[in-house]
Amino acid sequence: MSKVKRLTIVFTLLIAFLSIKIDTFAQVDSAVVPVDSVVAESAHAASGEHGAEAEHGKEKFEPTKVIMEHIADSHMWHLWGHISLPLPVILYTPAGLEVFSSAHFHHGEEDYKGTYNTYRLVEDHVKVVGANGQIDETVSVLDFSITKNVAAMFVAILIILIVFISVAGAYKKRVGKAPKGLQSLIEPIIVFVRDDIAKPNIGHKYNKFMPYLLTVFFFIWFNNLLGLIPIFPGGANVTGNIALTFVMALGTLIIVNINGNKYYWKHILLPDVPWWLYPIMIPVELIGIISKPFALMIRLFANITAGHIIVLSLISLIFIFQTAWISPVSVAFVVFMDVLELLVAFLQAFIFTLLTALFIGMAVEEHH
Amino acid sequence: MVGSIAAIGAGLAVIGAGIGIGQVGGKAMEGIARQPEAASKIQTAMIIAAALIEGAALFGVVVALLGNNPQ
Repeated sequence: MSKVKRLTIVFTLLIAFLSIKIDTFAQVDSAVVPVDSVVAESAHAASGEHGAEAEHGKEKFEPTKVIMEHIADSHMWHLWGHISLPLPVILYTPAGLEVFSSAHFHHGEEDYKGTYNTYRLVEDHVKVVGANGQIDETVSVLDFSITKNVAAMFVAILIILIVFISVAGAYKKRVGKAPKGLQSLIEPIIVFVRDDIAKPNIGHKYNKFMPYLLTVFFFIWFNNLLGLIPIFPGGANVTGNIALTFVMALGTLIIVNINGNKYYWKHILLPDVPWWLYPIMIPVELIGIISKPFALMIRLFANITAGHIIVLSLISLIFIFQTAWISPVSVAFVVFMDVLELLVAFLQAFIFTLLTALFIGMAVEEHH
Repeated sequence: MVGSIAAIGAGLAVIGAGIGIGQVGGKAMEGIARQPEAASKIQTAMIIAAALIEGAALFGVVVALLGNNPQ
């Protein structure tokens, strides 16, 4: 009885959540135009132009700009309308470490005078302003800020920790009993990663690599799913950021090559071909070491970014045609794309893990 | 103008991926129809192959995206 009740609650929440999702899509994007026009107006005001410029108050909608703003990283986390969550800016300047809130920039309209330099936000990048009021490119500033993507990643990590610590606790408490609650949701997925990804591709040594494979799988999957939620704390394009996918692919590269056995290295450095082919084969095999994780990096980045771009383009249709009548078509397509993206979110996590397992399997394979 | 050429590039990349994934999917269907008991194995192999093709196409799309720089 209670199970049925709980299921009903979960289902209701899901439906409520989905309807919120659709609403906020409309909301967020209706906010796009005012923000844009405000920016445009301030730009006009700054350039000191008037008369002819002020006449056409309707600013031309630039879908590319809006879409790129939405998928890019940011020093603020946009919540709704004109409200954003300021995030800490951490800069390593030659003079020393500088930490301040991005709220000081007032959405990039004002400069912030820090301890060592004056900073300005130019297209969401922190730049140093010289004494003459121009941007000084000579000062090299390393930006270690907690940006939107980093903050979203922390949210994902927090969720993963909560889920997996509670599941691990359930296994300790209920030894030898049937799984219950969250445990019964997560167990089949872990078993799926073990039986369908690790075992067939790695072979009998799969146990050693399970922690990495599971971490990669759930990290990508949770981040993909959070990226599909348009409202806080989702909406960041974490797995669609090439820096993040680069680090994940680097992890795979290191694990594969550290665990490579002598057959793996023999296959690369002394392949079974006539000796005069070595000048061609060895470079090709060496490039192969890099290109496999490189493909992983590009695949995840491009898939997730492409998904975000498609959803935002469909929403942009309303503003391109400048009529609300197109919105049913646009929203219907967005819902369709979002459902497809749910599949892609899982599929990309699966593919990344599967190919990682495949590469590890190639590296640890014994020849009999 | 640069934007339209980048779009043509992205479109060409997608044609290649479409043909490739179509081939993979079609052949996988044939395989499953012939041997339904091997369906799960064929599906896994199909997804790997599709992902590899898609990866190649996405290289094209990414290059088109990077080439779409108004400067």
